[in-house]
Amino acid sequence: MAKTERREWNGYSLKPRKDMPEGLWTKCPGCEHMLYKSAVEKNLNVCPECDYHFRIDAETRIGYLVDEGSFEEILSDLTTSDPLDFKFRGTTYKERVKTDEKEAGAKEAIRVGKGFIKGRGIVLGVMEPNFLMGSMGYVVGEKVCAAVDKALAEKLPLVIVCCSGGARMHEGVVSLGQMAKTSAALAKFDEVGGLYICVLTDPTTGGVTASFAMLGDCLIAEPGAMIGFAGRRTIAETIKVELPEGFQTAEFMLEHGFVDMIVHRRDLRSEIARLIDYCRK
Amino acid sequence: MALSKNNKIGDGDYLEFEQKVADIDRQMDELRRLSSAKGIDYSAEIRRLQRKQVAELKRVYSNLTAWQIVQVARHPKRPLLTDYLNLMVKDFHELHGDRCFGDDCAIVTGFGQIGREKVLVVGQNKGRTTKEKIACNFGCPNPEGYRKAIAKMKFAAKFGIPIVTLIDTPGAYPGIEAEERGQARAIAVNLFEMSRLPVPIICICIGEGGSGGALGIGVGDRLAMLEFAYYSVISPEGCAAILWRDGSQAPDAAQALKLTSRDLQKLKLIDEIIPEPLGGAHRNIHDTVYNVERYIVRTLSVLKRTKVENLLENRYKKLRAIGSDTAGLLRTKTKAIKIDIKAAAPAASGKSKRIPAKV
Repeated sequence: MAKTERREWNGYSLKPRKDMPEGLWTKCPGCEHMLYKSAVEKNLNVCPECDYHFRIDAETRIGYLVDEGSFEEILSDLTTSDPLDFKFRGTTYKERVKTDEKEAGAKEAIRVGKGFIKGRGIVLGVMEPNFLMGSMGYVVGEKVCAAVDKALAEKLPLVIVCCSGGARMHEGVVSLGQMAKTSAALAKFDEVGGLYICVLTDPTTGGVTASFAMLGDCLIAEPGAMIGFAGRRTIAETIKVELPEGFQTAEFMLEHGFVDMIVHRRDLRSEIARLIDYCRK
Repeated sequence: MALSKNNKIGDGDYLEFEQKVADIDRQMDELRRLSSAKGIDYSAEIRRLQRKQVAELKRVYSNLTAWQIVQVARHPKRPLLTDYLNLMVKDFHELHGDRCFGDDCAIVTGFGQIGREKVLVVGQNKGRTTKEKIACNFGCPNPEGYRKAIAKMKFAAKFGIPIVTLIDTPGAYPGIEAEERGQARAIAVNLFEMSRLPVPIICICIGEGGSGGALGIGVGDRLAMLEFAYYSVISPEGCAAILWRDGSQAPDAAQALKLTSRDLQKLKLIDEIIPEPLGGAHRNIHDTVYNVERYIVRTLSVLKRTKVENLLENRYKKLRAIGSDTAGLLRTKTKAIKIDIKAAAPAASGKSKRIPAKV
C-alpha cells in the first residue's frame, strides 16, 4: 500500500518526472532526462546529456547547415494534386495534406535550393519530417530532380538531407515511380562527374532509402538515426522473431558497410565542407 | 522446373466471386458422369451449359473490382515464370550467382531466344510446389537476387543483347539478413543502372507487382502489364493496416490504390495492357504466354530499330515524366519550375535538351 502512495507523490524527487509542463521542458527519448527546451535548442537540438539527436524540421536544418542568409529556395510553391483521388476512412488525401500544411508550416516534404556551406556553393535538398512523415510523392521526386538539374547546370555539389518514411501510399504507383525518376536523374549527374553527398537522418526508410538516399557518392549518417528498407513491424510480423537491439540504426548500417561515416550534428557542416574540398577538381 | 501442364481448375481453385461458374462446372461433371455410366447422350445439354459458363465468365471478368483482380493475380494456378521460360523462351541458359554472396532463386536470369531474338530474361519466380516455393522464398527476392539481376544485365548490355524482365513478386523480402546485406542499396543501384543500360529493356508485370521489389527489375523502355496483374506501391493489406488501422479493409485499400492495369493505363504509368484469355490467365496458360510472346516480339522489333542515344534519351524522358507532364499532374502556378529548369538546360550537358516539366 505504501508503495503505491510513494509512486503517486513525486514532488521533490530527483528522479526523472513522468509528466511535464507544456512547452518549457522536454523529455529526452534517449536518456529520459528532463531537459530545458531552450538549452536543447542552443545545443543544435541534441541532448546535452546523452547526445540524442532530436528530429528537426527542414527550416531548422537549413539554418544549421548553410551560411547565414545564403539559402535561395527554388520551387517553394509546388504542391501536390492528388493524382489518384485518394479517399480513406472517411477522409481524403487532400484534407490530410491541408492539415499537415498547417501543422508543419511546410508545403511539401522537401525543400530545395542553392546555398553556401563555409563559402562553398552547393545545391541543398532537405526533407521535412513533419509533412506526411516526409514521404515521397511526385512533388518530392520532381524537386529532387530539379535540384539535380540545378547542380548539373551550375556545376555544384549536391547535398540531400534525407528524413522520410518512404514512398507516399496516397499517390500509389505515381510515388513508386519517383524512385526510378530520382535514380535516373542521379545517374545523369553521376555521368558528368557531379559530387552527391547524402545525409541520412532519423528516419530514412522505405522507397527513399531504396532510391536516392543510398546513391550518394558519400553517405553520412547522424548518430542513432533509424535507417532501413522494410519497417520494423513488417519485418517482425514476417519472420516472427524479436528484432535485435540496435537493428536498423546508423551504427548498424556502419557496421554492415552501408554508410561512410557517422557524424555528430555539430560537425556536419565542417565535414561536408571538407568532403567538397577533397572532391574539388 | 516442371511445366504446369495440367491447369485444370479443380474444386479448391475457384475464387469466391466465381461460385456460379463452379456450379456450372459441377453440373457438367455430373452430366458427363451420368452419360458414361448410363450411356445416355447429354452432349446437347453440356454444350448449353458450356455456353452459359462462357457468358457467366464474361460477365464476371468484365466487372472485377480491384480486390478481385488482386486475387486473380495471386491465383495459385496462375502461370509463373517457369511456364514462360518453358513455353516462350527457346534454348534457355540459366546464369547463376551475384558474385558477392550467393544465388537467389527468387530471381532467375539467363540467355534465351524469344521469337528470333536473342535476349536476356530476368524474372521473379514464386514456385509452384511447396518445395519450390520455399526455395524461391515465395517470390520475395533478397539483395543477392537484385545484385545478380543487375550483374547479368550489365553482361548482356556489354554485348548488345536486349533485356526482358518478367515481374511477379509480393515484394522484396523483409528480413533481418536482407537488411544486413543492404536490400535498399541493392534496389537503388538497380534503378540507377537500369536507367542507363544501352540496350532495349522491356518490363512486363505478369502477376503481382509488389512495390520496390517489383521496381528493382522494372525500369526500362516499356512497361506492360497482363490484364489482371496488379502493380502497387504497397500491398493492399499493408496499406489498410496503416491508413485504415485494420488489415481487413484491404478491399477498400485496393480500390483506393488504383493498382489495376486499367487504372495505371489511365494514369499513363504503363504502356500497354496485354489481354488475358477468358476467365484469367490461369484458365489458359498457353494463350497467356502466347500473348506475352507476341507483345515482346512486336515491341523488340520497334526498339531494336531505335538508335542507342535516342533509346536512352527516350527512356530518361519517360522516367522524368512520371508524375509531372504525363497526366498534367503538376498544378499550374509553377513558373519557378519553368524558369529554373529551362535556364539550367543549355549549360547542362551541351547538346541534350533537358525536359522542363510541361505545365
